[in-house]
Amino acid sequence: MTTTPAIEIDGLTKSYGDQVVLAGVDLSVPTGTIVALLGSNGAGKTTAVRILSTLLKADGGTATVNGYDVATQPAKVRESISLTGQFAAVDEILTGRENLVLVAELRHLRAAGRIADDLLARFDLTDAAARRVATYSGGMRRRLDIAMSLIGDPPVLFLDEPTTGLDPQSRIEVWRTVRELAGRGTTVLLTTQYLDEAEQLADRIAILHQGRIIADGALAELKRLLPPAKVEYVERQPTLEEVFLTIVGHAGAGAGK
Amino acid sequence: MTSYVLSDTAVLLKRSLRHILRSPDTIVTTAVTPIAMLLLFVYVLGGAIQVGGGSYVNYLLPGILLITIASGIAYTAFRLFTDVSGGIFERFQSMPIARSAVLWGHVLTSVVANLISLVLVVLVAVAMGFRSSAGPLAWLAVAGILVLFTLALTWLAVIPGLTARSVDGVSGFSYPLIFLPFISSAFVPTAGMPGPVRWFAENQPVTSIVDTIRDLYAGQPVGDDGWIAVAWCAGLLLVAYALAMRTYHRKIA
Repeated sequence: MTTTPAIEIDGLTKSYGDQVVLAGVDLSVPTGTIVALLGSNGAGKTTAVRILSTLLKADGGTATVNGYDVATQPAKVRESISLTGQFAAVDEILTGRENLVLVAELRHLRAAGRIADDLLARFDLTDAAARRVATYSGGMRRRLDIAMSLIGDPPVLFLDEPTTGLDPQSRIEVWRTVRELAGRGTTVLLTTQYLDEAEQLADRIAILHQGRIIADGALAELKRLLPPAKVEYVERQPTLEEVFLTIVGHAGAGAGK
Repeated sequence: MTSYVLSDTAVLLKRSLRHILRSPDTIVTTAVTPIAMLLLFVYVLGGAIQVGGGSYVNYLLPGILLITIASGIAYTAFRLFTDVSGGIFERFQSMPIARSAVLWGHVLTSVVANLISLVLVVLVAVAMGFRSSAGPLAWLAVAGILVLFTLALTWLAVIPGLTARSVDGVSGFSYPLIFLPFISSAFVPTAGMPGPVRWFAENQPVTSIVDTIRDLYAGQPVGDDGWIAVAWCAGLLLVAYALAMRTYHRKIA
């Protein structure tokens, strides 16, 4: 295998009328890595992901995913990707299992039922498999949503703000899942507005600001952009998150109830 | 890719039919308003309406069937709107499937749901004394016209389903369609209407469709009305389909 990047973006632009959303974005995501696209609300993160997942046409520039051009080979791109949007895109009237079977059938896979059962087990949803998704909690929905995205093992995964609106436990579960995926060789481009999320998950971090990537590199490289560290003594208080997780019992143990 | 159009449509049809099975109230609601109109007009107002020979329920049923379809397609728009606003529409669009299958799944579901509602309405009409001397072929012709009319209105419903910003906006478009049969030969003969109203009533699609179905039910020869009705339905279908596809391509561009 050569080292072709899984995602290569070059000079991507997009405007809505007078409003420039992407003003020439360049980004390269090496195969098998997790790259976080960090930016505040309205920075253009979702627009970039929508272009990469063939839901939106760019005004200018080029983008390739898994070696395929998003503008000229959209069908090939769609075979290579999965998109987990900002809001859990699940069918509320169907059960969790039916949602998974639906996606497996649309991906023309044999043994859709077995694939669904495997994923239900992997995402701690077996007990809720026969319940309608309308009764699921936010964290369960997100887990189902990500599980649906993994069907067919697409080599590139887009996660658009995967933990926005989730409680701390669900958030840690999602992080664990993403790390596990990258461990299997899936390339992940995730967008987030949480600095700690980027810090926790990403091999590389790209900061999108006013339509441009203004910084791009590994966390250590980005830290070098600041003045060198100096030693200070500060009393370390537990964070509220640590307090919360200690009181309610640690989340990492699965059983997301 | 194209070879998957049928199988992808079948999968998505199965999904939407499950939705209907799990909320049968949508079919009942669709049938309730037309049935209420049927009762109101036959038992309250019908006594004062002169329609020539034959019973009023026989005269009224064809128009009521069209109203049933007009109110039924509002749910198609609603189901599509739910998919779009919930994000699952985009999930489907980003998957390697035949993209047109996403719309066809909803359209075919609409046909099935409307046929069930129509059967319910006809059964109530039979209980109220509706009788037909139509043979199997005439019934088949009635079903054909109703399916064509359903398809035309369903593709029309796809447009608000894709573009509406709120639930209210989605269902609002069907009110004028439900009202259209009132200015036609559906409830009273057009002969008693004043000039301009009569002109409109006699030249709008509902009248020719209603008259055709009425003749088919009565076992009468259909004549030119039949062709005019089919032409209206087919024409509406083509225009609605073209407009819906244009909306769709703008949406996913």
